[in-house]
Amino acid sequence: MRAKNLCFFLSKLLLLCLCFYILVSSPSLAFQSDELLADDEEFGLEGARSPVLDLTVPIQPSPHTQPTIQTQTTRSRSLDPDPDSKVHLLLEHAFGDSDFSPAGTFTARLKTSSHGGQTLTKLRFSRNSFTRTEEQEFKKLLEADDFYTIRVPSNVLSPPGRDYIISSVKARCLPRNGLDEHFVIHMDGVNILAVNYASPRACPYPRQLKLPAKWSFNSHTVLKNSEVAPRAPLFAEEILGGENVEFEGVKPPERSLWAKYWMYLIPVGLIVMNAITQAMNMPEEQAAGQSASQPQQSMAAIQRGQGTAVRRR
Amino acid sequence: MAMAIRVFLLLLFLSYSNLAFSLYEDQVGLMDWHQQYIGKVKHAVFHTQKAGRKRVVVSTEENVVASLDLRRGEIFWRHVLGTNDAIDEIDIALGKYVITLSSEGSSLRAWNLPDGQMVWESFLPGSNPSKSLLSVPTNLKVDKDSLILIYSNGCLHAVSSIDGEILWRKDLATEGIEVQQLIHPLGSDVIYAVGFVGLSQFDVYQFNAKNGELLKYNSAVFPTGFSREISLVSTDTLVALDASRSILVSISFRDGDIGFHQTHVSDLVQDSSVMAVILPFKLTGMFALKTNSIMVFIKVTDEGKLEVLDKIDHVKTVSDALPFSEGQQAFALVQQGGSKIHLTVKLGHDWSSDLLKESIEMDSQRGLAHKVFINNYIRTDRSHGFRALIVMEDHSLLLIQQGEIVWNREDGLASVLDVTTSELPVEKDGVSVAKVEHNLFEWLKGHMLKLKGTLMLASPDDVAAIQRIRLKSSEKSKMTRDHNGFRKLLIVLTKAGKVFALHTGDGRVVWSLLLHSLRKSEACEYPTGLYVYQWQVPHHHAMDENPSVLVVGRCGLSPNSPGVLSIVDTYTGKELNSLGPVHSIVQVIPLPFTDSTEQRLHLLIDADWHAHLYPRTPEAIGIFQHEFANIYCYSVKADKGIIKGHVLGKNCFLEVADEYCFETKDLWSIVFPESEKIIATVTRKLNEVVHTQAKVIADQEVMYKYISKNLLFVATVTPKAIGAIGFVTPEESWLVVYLIDTVTGRILYRMTHHGSQGPVHAVFSENWVVYHYFNLRAHRYELSVIEIYDQSRADNKDVWKLILGNHNLTSPISSYSRPEVITKSQSYFFTHSVKAIAVTSTAKGITSQQLLIGTIGDQVLALDKRFLDPRRSINPTQAEREEGIIPLTDSLPIIPQSYVTHGLRVEGLRGIVTIPAKLESTTLVFTYGVDLFFTRLAPSRTYDSLTEDFSYALLLITIVALIVAIFVTWVLSERKELQDKWR
Repeated sequence: MRAKNLCFFLSKLLLLCLCFYILVSSPSLAFQSDELLADDEEFGLEGARSPVLDLTVPIQPSPHTQPTIQTQTTRSRSLDPDPDSKVHLLLEHAFGDSDFSPAGTFTARLKTSSHGGQTLTKLRFSRNSFTRTEEQEFKKLLEADDFYTIRVPSNVLSPPGRDYIISSVKARCLPRNGLDEHFVIHMDGVNILAVNYASPRACPYPRQLKLPAKWSFNSHTVLKNSEVAPRAPLFAEEILGGENVEFEGVKPPERSLWAKYWMYLIPVGLIVMNAITQAMNMPEEQAAGQSASQPQQSMAAIQRGQGTAVRRR
Repeated sequence: MAMAIRVFLLLLFLSYSNLAFSLYEDQVGLMDWHQQYIGKVKHAVFHTQKAGRKRVVVSTEENVVASLDLRRGEIFWRHVLGTNDAIDEIDIALGKYVITLSSEGSSLRAWNLPDGQMVWESFLPGSNPSKSLLSVPTNLKVDKDSLILIYSNGCLHAVSSIDGEILWRKDLATEGIEVQQLIHPLGSDVIYAVGFVGLSQFDVYQFNAKNGELLKYNSAVFPTGFSREISLVSTDTLVALDASRSILVSISFRDGDIGFHQTHVSDLVQDSSVMAVILPFKLTGMFALKTNSIMVFIKVTDEGKLEVLDKIDHVKTVSDALPFSEGQQAFALVQQGGSKIHLTVKLGHDWSSDLLKESIEMDSQRGLAHKVFINNYIRTDRSHGFRALIVMEDHSLLLIQQGEIVWNREDGLASVLDVTTSELPVEKDGVSVAKVEHNLFEWLKGHMLKLKGTLMLASPDDVAAIQRIRLKSSEKSKMTRDHNGFRKLLIVLTKAGKVFALHTGDGRVVWSLLLHSLRKSEACEYPTGLYVYQWQVPHHHAMDENPSVLVVGRCGLSPNSPGVLSIVDTYTGKELNSLGPVHSIVQVIPLPFTDSTEQRLHLLIDADWHAHLYPRTPEAIGIFQHEFANIYCYSVKADKGIIKGHVLGKNCFLEVADEYCFETKDLWSIVFPESEKIIATVTRKLNEVVHTQAKVIADQEVMYKYISKNLLFVATVTPKAIGAIGFVTPEESWLVVYLIDTVTGRILYRMTHHGSQGPVHAVFSENWVVYHYFNLRAHRYELSVIEIYDQSRADNKDVWKLILGNHNLTSPISSYSRPEVITKSQSYFFTHSVKAIAVTSTAKGITSQQLLIGTIGDQVLALDKRFLDPRRSINPTQAEREEGIIPLTDSLPIIPQSYVTHGLRVEGLRGIVTIPAKLESTTLVFTYGVDLFFTRLAPSRTYDSLTEDFSYALLLITIVALIVAIFVTWVLSERKELQDKWR
């Protein structure tokens, strides 16, 4: 059964090898992921491509370890005896200086690990489409090159937590064909630290005014957890044995033959060249001595002849 | 041959490595200077030992205890105690030990007077914080041992002055008494501890000094209650003010019987509408009362009656009484009027006569006299002379004797708050030929000496002469701009509100200015200086306009208190303009725009998050409006754990319309979970120059640095790990580091160091961050590096693409584009704990960088950035070695020669500032703490100039000799050829 599912999955996401790696290496996650596939296809693609997607990093236990779910919106499966339960996160938006109004819902599965830490997995997002008035407001933003702002609560279990997480983007960055948006949600257990909300593409200044062809959102979402720092290497004894540390640090790099011995090679080259010219001159002089009557032979040749004569003496 | 190769390799290694930055003994002081300070003096104790030189022992607000030479003001010895070890009291015991009571009365130390060695140290336990009193009674002997009495933390201690052993201890906190004075009447074995219980009860305890036995206890209640200040008039009489400050109460407690005697202040002083204050000067038989601006000296008669002796205007301070010849006591009074300071020394018992009256001309930049200490000496005609040590408002220390200022110390420089630089004036007339000719002989002589030195022909005298010439080189302390940009002015703001301009050549004070806006006044009770910024840097009109700096301060200690601004000309040291008190100032953002007069635009953010634009000119508004949409700012609320990004909005809605004020609105926010507390935030230096974005790595590949001015490094730790190292286990402490784009609030990188804790010191430059923290698991400090690279440009490797223009290298960079970045990180152990980290900065950013680490030993260590390269690996490939990658080691080497401060220490090191010189290879480094240190560094050696001691004479002589040799050999060969021809 699992193998079959995997095959199915692989055929769909053959290019996304990193995601594949994660799935294969952790079977439990692979099992959960195939559910996701059936529900929501477009979601997760962007995230999977990102090499930093890592949903399995263990999270330090946070103060909110009680999995009491106070979702203000809809269904909750807190009655469910299993530790995994669904949570909902309300996304709200604001146009320029306007007040916040609901814009969509994130749904995720809260996973409680054996040591008490809680993580969110399988995040899904359903975006409400713009109403007519919202479309008008968004157009105004586009004209004024103003900010489109979103917010989410900072705690998943007890919204809004300590404060809302706000993120903004210049409205002109979003429209392409539809409206492209990209969420990166930084999590720490059940706390949301920050949401990076942006367009998935470049958006350099000056931004051109462009109305979207259709008013539907094309959303991508990535969940990010903290990386763990690599440990400082501990190997002083083995590597540096009795060697001088300082010298070890700055060993001169190996060089090519020329770089190493150029100061020898140049004089050698000069000597060789000198010898060649000498050797070239010798036959010439002899030739000159033999054909002295030739009119083309100038004074130089004669002098040279004298010179060689002197040298011979 | 093998030997030759080895020697050659060694030579190569030497030339290749620029790690071993060091200098020769005779180079010390050539391009560096070191100044020692002590800070504002709190207490001074004179020591007039018969033999040896005369000294004064002082303790200061910078927690320094020092012994100064009374003749010249030089430091004999000095100890800087830790930042949380403030000195409460000092005294001299046994005539040979300096006793200091510090850390709110919990540590007592004795220092040997001649050389400052610590003799003993005692920890005085106690739990109830209270006033700290130190008393070293004369002639109180217990078995040949002199006692030191200390009241601190609610306990009375008697400590042996020989070895610091606690002889006895009485806990008075349980009685509820707050001891105000310890009194030891001359020649008796009884100690009186007097103080208040609650508001209105006065208690006297009598102890046997030998064993601490309680002899007698008396108490009396004064119905209207006391205000806390008291003045001890004699060994059995005190004067206090009642709670309403309208009645003076003289309290006598002879033999333990307490008697009160009340006198209305209004009976003594007519103008008693203002609150009277008893001043804490120790005089005998009298006390000083201050009402409004008048100081009233009141005598206390034996019956406890009060008599007004004198009312004096403009009195700034009074010294304690000084006993000199038998039974006579003297004290000094300092009055100030105009530019003069009047010192009067009076006899304790006889008010009418003055022992000494002197007027001294005083520099107005020193402000008011804050403290005076007097000392007597025997004049050549056997009469008594007095000298006074005066502490001024700018924290300077002066010695006055015979109506003259014998010496002064600029001790305000011990508390530097902020530093900026200013260029010197351009040389206008050029170098005159006459001057060169005049100096030609000197010049030649100097070079001949140097030549002798290089050829090792110089005698010791010559060597000394060479050294003198080098050190005194007038070139380096000239008041004009130089070609290499080594000569600059360091503009320094000190805690006293005084701005100093120091010359980088020799560290002398070019000018100093006590800012009016940062002086204590009615409107501004607690002025504090904050920052200095470059306000105007003329380039186009460099010949006829002077640069200026903006000094930012605030009136009060909380961030909500109103701000003060002043603009100071850096050539003349005059205040050009001052504003204030204005809105509060929590953040100052220098904008990258200047107006037509080259004044830089600044945004000042107030506590309500309104942004105020300066300079307040229509032109500035015009420039600002143009760039309005692209200005972002951020705020860090460390206490709440929130970082917010802001963008500017409409003009403020204030009562008075202000077109230079803008509202801000929140753009993004990052809310750190409750398990993290922000402990450090670092950004790149605004004026940093990066030479190239591309970094060519070993196999001819190119990596592109992610260079953004808007990156913020944030470090957070768990709330438990905020305290000192050792109070938290590795399991419950972790350190998280973030790289955040401050325009969009995007977290570019986030990494957790498990089992680590602060304090975190970090430096951000180009595309890398280096930070220092403590690893609890390894029990060692670590330095980590993060480098961030731009991947979006990484595929521009194809030459054809570049030729055909099919690349994105010229595409604009925007924070709103989703960055494709990769980060590399590595950690290393580092032996030292760190006080400050900085990085060298050069004019064009080509020269390789060095980290400057202020170590716990108050020295500055230069560490090559190559040691902190995350691409280091255990066995680098051939190509990587060629690139200069050092094989990976677990800890960073500390090479003794690479201490920038060589043998010196910058006591109480607080900050390191690097300033690029015009010469690309060189950077100027200014380090401040209690001491100041300045030097010039060349991280990759001075590859672009000849060294200062280059012998031009040797070069000339060699050339001449070569030419002569050519001619001689030519003539000789001609002659030989001729002879040959004739043969």
